Amino acid sequence: MPTDRREPTSPPPAAAAAAGAGAGAGAGAGAGRGVAQARSLFDREILVEALKGSVAKLDPRVQVRNPVMFVVLVGSVVTLVEAIAHPGVFSWSITIWLFLTVLFANFAEAMAEGRGKAQADTLRRTRSETEARRLDEDGTEHRIAASSLQRGDLVVCEGGDLIPSDGEIVEGIASVDESAITGESAPVIRESGGDRSAVTGGTKVLSDRIVVRITAEPGHTFLDRMIALVEGANRQRTPNEIALTILLAALTIVFLPVVVVLEPFARYSGATVSVVVLVSLLVCLIPTTIGALLSAIGIAGMDRLVQHNVLAMSGRAVEAAGDVQTLLLDKTGTITLGNRMASRFVPADGVDEEELARAAQLASLADETPEGRSIVVLAKERFAIRERDLGEEHQFVPFSANTRMSGIDIAGRQIRKGAAESVSRWVAEQGGTVPGGLGQVVESISRSGSTPLVVADGRRVLGVIELKDVVKQGIRERFDQLRAVGIRTVMITGDNPLTAAAIAQEAGVDDYLAEATPEAKMDLIRSEQQGGKLVAMTGDGTNDAPALAQADVGVAMNTGTMAAKEAGNMVDLDSNPTKLIDVVEVGKQLLITRGALTTFSIANDVAKYFAIIPALFVATYPQLSALNIMHLHGPKDAVLSAVIFNALVIVALIPLALRGVRWRPSTAASLLRRNVFIYGVGGVLIPFVFIKLIDLLLVAVHAY
Amino acid sequence: MLSYLRRSLVISAIFIVLLGLAYPLLGTGLAQLAFSHQANGSIGPDGSTLIGQQWKGPEWFQGRPSATIDAAGKPSPYDAMASGAANLGPRSRLLEKEVARQAARLRREGITPTNELVTSSASGLDPDISPRSAYAQVSAVARARRLPVAEVRRLVASHIHPAQLGFLGAPYVNVLDLNMALAALK
Amino acid sequence: MDYFLTILVLVALLALAWRYLGSYMAAVYDGRVSWLGWLERPVYRLLGVDPEAEQSWQRYAGSLIVFSGVAIVVTYGILRLQGVLPFDPEHLGAVSPALSWNTAVSFVTNTNWQNYAGGSTMSYLSQMSALAVQQFVSASVGIAVAIALVRGFSRKGSATIGNFWVDLVRGVFYILLPIAFLSGIFFVGQGAVQTLAGPAVIHDHLTGFTQTIPRGPVAFMEAIKQLGTNGGGFFNANGAHPFENPTGLTNLFSVALLLCIPVGLTYTFGKMVGNIRQGVAVLMAMTIIFGVWLGFTSYAESQPNPAVAAAHVVSQKGGNLEGKEARFGALPSALYGVASTQTSTGSADSAYDSYTPMGGFGLMTGMMLGEVSPGGVGSGLYTILLFALITVFIGGLMIGRTPEYLGKKIQAREVKLAALGVLVMPLVVLVITGIAVSIHAGRAGPLNAGPHGFSEILYAFTSQANNNGSAFAGLSGNTPFYNVMGGIAMLLGRFAIIVPVLALAGTLAAKNVVPAGLGTFRTDTALFTGLLIGVIVVVGGLTFFPAVSLGPIVEQLSHGRLF
Repeated sequence: MPTDRREPTSPPPAAAAAAGAGAGAGAGAGAGRGVAQARSLFDREILVEALKGSVAKLDPRVQVRNPVMFVVLVGSVVTLVEAIAHPGVFSWSITIWLFLTVLFANFAEAMAEGRGKAQADTLRRTRSETEARRLDEDGTEHRIAASSLQRGDLVVCEGGDLIPSDGEIVEGIASVDESAITGESAPVIRESGGDRSAVTGGTKVLSDRIVVRITAEPGHTFLDRMIALVEGANRQRTPNEIALTILLAALTIVFLPVVVVLEPFARYSGATVSVVVLVSLLVCLIPTTIGALLSAIGIAGMDRLVQHNVLAMSGRAVEAAGDVQTLLLDKTGTITLGNRMASRFVPADGVDEEELARAAQLASLADETPEGRSIVVLAKERFAIRERDLGEEHQFVPFSANTRMSGIDIAGRQIRKGAAESVSRWVAEQGGTVPGGLGQVVESISRSGSTPLVVADGRRVLGVIELKDVVKQGIRERFDQLRAVGIRTVMITGDNPLTAAAIAQEAGVDDYLAEATPEAKMDLIRSEQQGGKLVAMTGDGTNDAPALAQADVGVAMNTGTMAAKEAGNMVDLDSNPTKLIDVVEVGKQLLITRGALTTFSIANDVAKYFAIIPALFVATYPQLSALNIMHLHGPKDAVLSAVIFNALVIVALIPLALRGVRWRPSTAASLLRRNVFIYGVGGVLIPFVFIKLIDLLLVAVHAY
Repeated sequence: MLSYLRRSLVISAIFIVLLGLAYPLLGTGLAQLAFSHQANGSIGPDGSTLIGQQWKGPEWFQGRPSATIDAAGKPSPYDAMASGAANLGPRSRLLEKEVARQAARLRREGITPTNELVTSSASGLDPDISPRSAYAQVSAVARARRLPVAEVRRLVASHIHPAQLGFLGAPYVNVLDLNMALAALK
Repeated sequence: MDYFLTILVLVALLALAWRYLGSYMAAVYDGRVSWLGWLERPVYRLLGVDPEAEQSWQRYAGSLIVFSGVAIVVTYGILRLQGVLPFDPEHLGAVSPALSWNTAVSFVTNTNWQNYAGGSTMSYLSQMSALAVQQFVSASVGIAVAIALVRGFSRKGSATIGNFWVDLVRGVFYILLPIAFLSGIFFVGQGAVQTLAGPAVIHDHLTGFTQTIPRGPVAFMEAIKQLGTNGGGFFNANGAHPFENPTGLTNLFSVALLLCIPVGLTYTFGKMVGNIRQGVAVLMAMTIIFGVWLGFTSYAESQPNPAVAAAHVVSQKGGNLEGKEARFGALPSALYGVASTQTSTGSADSAYDSYTPMGGFGLMTGMMLGEVSPGGVGSGLYTILLFALITVFIGGLMIGRTPEYLGKKIQAREVKLAALGVLVMPLVVLVITGIAVSIHAGRAGPLNAGPHGFSEILYAFTSQANNNGSAFAGLSGNTPFYNVMGGIAMLLGRFAIIVPVLALAGTLAAKNVVPAGLGTFRTDTALFTGLLIGVIVVVGGLTFFPAVSLGPIVEQLSHGRLF
């Protein structure tokens, strides 16, 4: 069966079903399905796990990986020693709150991880130990544990069996329920040969029998990798995260002497400062807010992708998605609906339009593809031609790759529809002639971006059906948004340049690549990359694999081949190419959240200085109380308020870190202005308010 | 590494010859030719108009306090070999004492203290005072020299240099010029 | 009113320098200027340098470090041997080892911190051939580093960042030497001395007052001292000395001279990266910081001196005149002070130690911002570009893209190098000041008591680590402790920044350029300028706020209290 979508006639039912499933899933897909169970931010189960996790993470070997929070932990130990040596409400309060600061940071990370873990558990249940029916060389079957399957083994799966591991169908065809992985309940067809031969371990064969060659090493199946990914096990820091960590470490390193030298400075000035206050000042100054939330932001970013039913093989790819400047999008399924719809009958000279419509309808009655049905519907709408009960003897002629036509033989008539050249050849073979005007009509239809389908009755060419490519609703606006954020869209299509240009124009993409071959795609990606741009693309076929590997962000469709999935750095479980746009969004959100919280964290320091510095030297230089612009109650109050604020702000920002800062497509300038205002200016002002409030509260409870 | 060293030594030698000898010597030659008076320190028979002097006694217009100290660290006002300021901060006890002392001295001499007559200059060699400070001394000088106040006042007025080009810096009176003119009055 | 006119004239002069000197400098470093080829070519032959051959950043940095090392040794040698060398009319003898070390480092690092009394320590030969030579050379080194960094931005996939020897020679010959020479003549014409005749002894016939007036080859050194943002004067009183800075006009001219190259380099930068607006954005950040600090300091210095008020001097018209020259007045002195401290020049036409607390605060914090407004020759540009990288990194994140500056992606290595370059200075200042206030040798330094004494120490190391060279001069710096620690601060403040900058130039030059689009963080806009200012002020403020609150801030708040 042909699967080439360039074919003017309708694709076979199986492929159409798969494409339809993808196209129908839409942008909002994923919510509440499959791995991507949307959980409320503070799901009770996760919360409990996270609380346990935050204590477990106190292990210094874990803490040392986060330099900022490690300093806080060391600081809390120092104050603890001080508190034991010189007990007092103040030193104990500070010690407790510093300790809480560390716990809050751990809690944030554990929360983010917990959400991943919960999803991994769902997946793990489907991996429950299954038996495999291994087919040995002598043709006998052996039942062995799925986990002992080796790469290259052949296994048999029949209706009702779980496919034991990843593999490639070498024999047979089957409908497979992949809902365990994709969440999509409609079964898909898998068959040997071609681009739909890959099966995933953990999915279920519904009917028929297939023989599968195992392609995964034990423990390295797609499902295993997915579990590891959503759990965040062995999470590698991404390039940008590393860069930010370096900046935060640098800030921490510089604040260390800033605070340490205050001791000799104060002594020179005739003042003494307590270690507890110095540690408090240090903790308040180093960027604890972003330091505490940084890894949670990264984990949550991956998690958000999973909620879109996209699995990223690395955080690096998610980050790269935010940087993408060129999007290569397949026309079919992404820009246009997967199916072309009949929109017009163009009769040949001397043929009545109704006659054409009748013949077209007859030829399409058995054609269950959306295109075929749309012809029947159009004929009914235009001429009220009812679907007739075919009483007379008739025989449907199904589509074949050889003839590239389909039709019906009825009452001695042979009605055929298909690509212009195939039908023309067929008519000529029958001894008929092709009317001169046909070529022109066909070309003008192609030029307008539609597909011409020629209908012939025996030796007579009746006319042409125009199958229109329907551009998805709202896609144009989507591209406009992308353009506004500086992303260029390129449509990839197998269509000829004329058709491609017309659709490109209608859909509003910036450019197109017509008659695309895998090589042409590859060249396009390379040339974009040479110009310094980052390229994202989607693909499913084995011949897409090189391009997927070359692209900075390569999203493989889950329906695609194993080769494609291995080559890309993301897999879209919904096989919905429009996802690329969502992926870009998640990537951007990730970076924005980091930047916003860094800015906020540093901006906070201003208010903390105004709280602590006057308190620090008030004994020697009472005149410095002029800097106490918040009119905090007393020096100890002031320091404690700042420390409490510093700790609580971490908790307060956990939802933001997990959800991500909202991103709306707009120009860089307006986005920046907005975020600088909220997180920069807001970051300076907010702590003044809350430190004062905490101070009032402390006074109210007579803490001192 | 060795080639860096060789090049560094060679270029250092070239620079010493070109920038350390040719540049200043050529400049000196040109300066001596074109601006001989200025290049040698604007020095007249009674001193340099650019370098202030210590004027003792009520019969002379006085310059600003000078904080220069000699090699032994003792106060040595208007010691040109050791230009420099008092370097006392605005909340310094020492500064307050010194300013009070200067103010008291001026008042003793019948001069109403002005801002710059009680503050020491940055170079310790300030040759100038403001017109206000010159006028403040007119009656004391006139009394000491038994000259009509109006005449001394006129003398001061004729020695006011306006700010350069009308706006650069402040108007000032060169104390040496003024005192030379004062001496010539007799 | 006169003051505003002064500033207006200054702005006009600088606008000319920006446009014409800026594009001239771009032409010089692009090798498009050759009118001194006859002087230049033999030098390359003697050096054995092919002017067309470029260097990797490692070789560039290696050449620079070795050259600077040799320069320190040569300068040290001349100072130690000045007693037996010619041009020593006052028979001053050798300079002590510790002082020679401090001075050699000071002039090679473009700092010009002077722990000696100029006219009475250094022979004419030392002034001309050791110190003034370094005033040319260190300035040219600074510009070369800035140009190398700019090349890093403007190039694409390049393994080299220029040739150090060529950049060094061209900077001296084509830029510094011609301007300094013309300026020298101007200074002499206004009254600055330029003679080898030795001191003049005068005897005043009017009062019998005798005075020995030191002289020397001053005017031409003054020219390069300002032009190269060096600041080391011939005399102890520096720019306050009438022989160095005789008139209101030379005062303004000095300010213009020390600002012209740092300002012009922003044009050079824009021109070399192919977008003048990029240079304008940086220049605007510099200008706004400078303007705010100028306004603040000028206002502070127009206030009365509390000591004078205490002496019941009725009118304090003219502001704080303690430590200021009558021919300049308080406001132009504040202008000179702000320009000098914010360009890493460090020359002084007034006693900064005697500024009002907030005036001194203005000068000190001007340096604490990292000398970027507009900073020293070259160093100002390369330091503000480090701040720009950090600004772009944080700001760029907030628009959801891997940050990029001028099309270069800012990743871990760039952040590491930029953070190192920016944070070295505060680290050095704070740690060494911490040591100084802790040990006896350090505590013995200050002249003033109380917070002002603390300010003197803090100012000293802020100045040296920033390669500024100005001082709260009450500090007795010529002690082994201050000579040695100061030398360390100056070396770190110079080379611990230059090496990361050159490494950055190397990595950036090798990178591909990301084409700008709508999603790009524009760095030629007012928004970027604002953010850049914010980052500079916040980094400086956060690192130094506790320290300055124990110095000038508490001093300001201590109404009616004396120390």
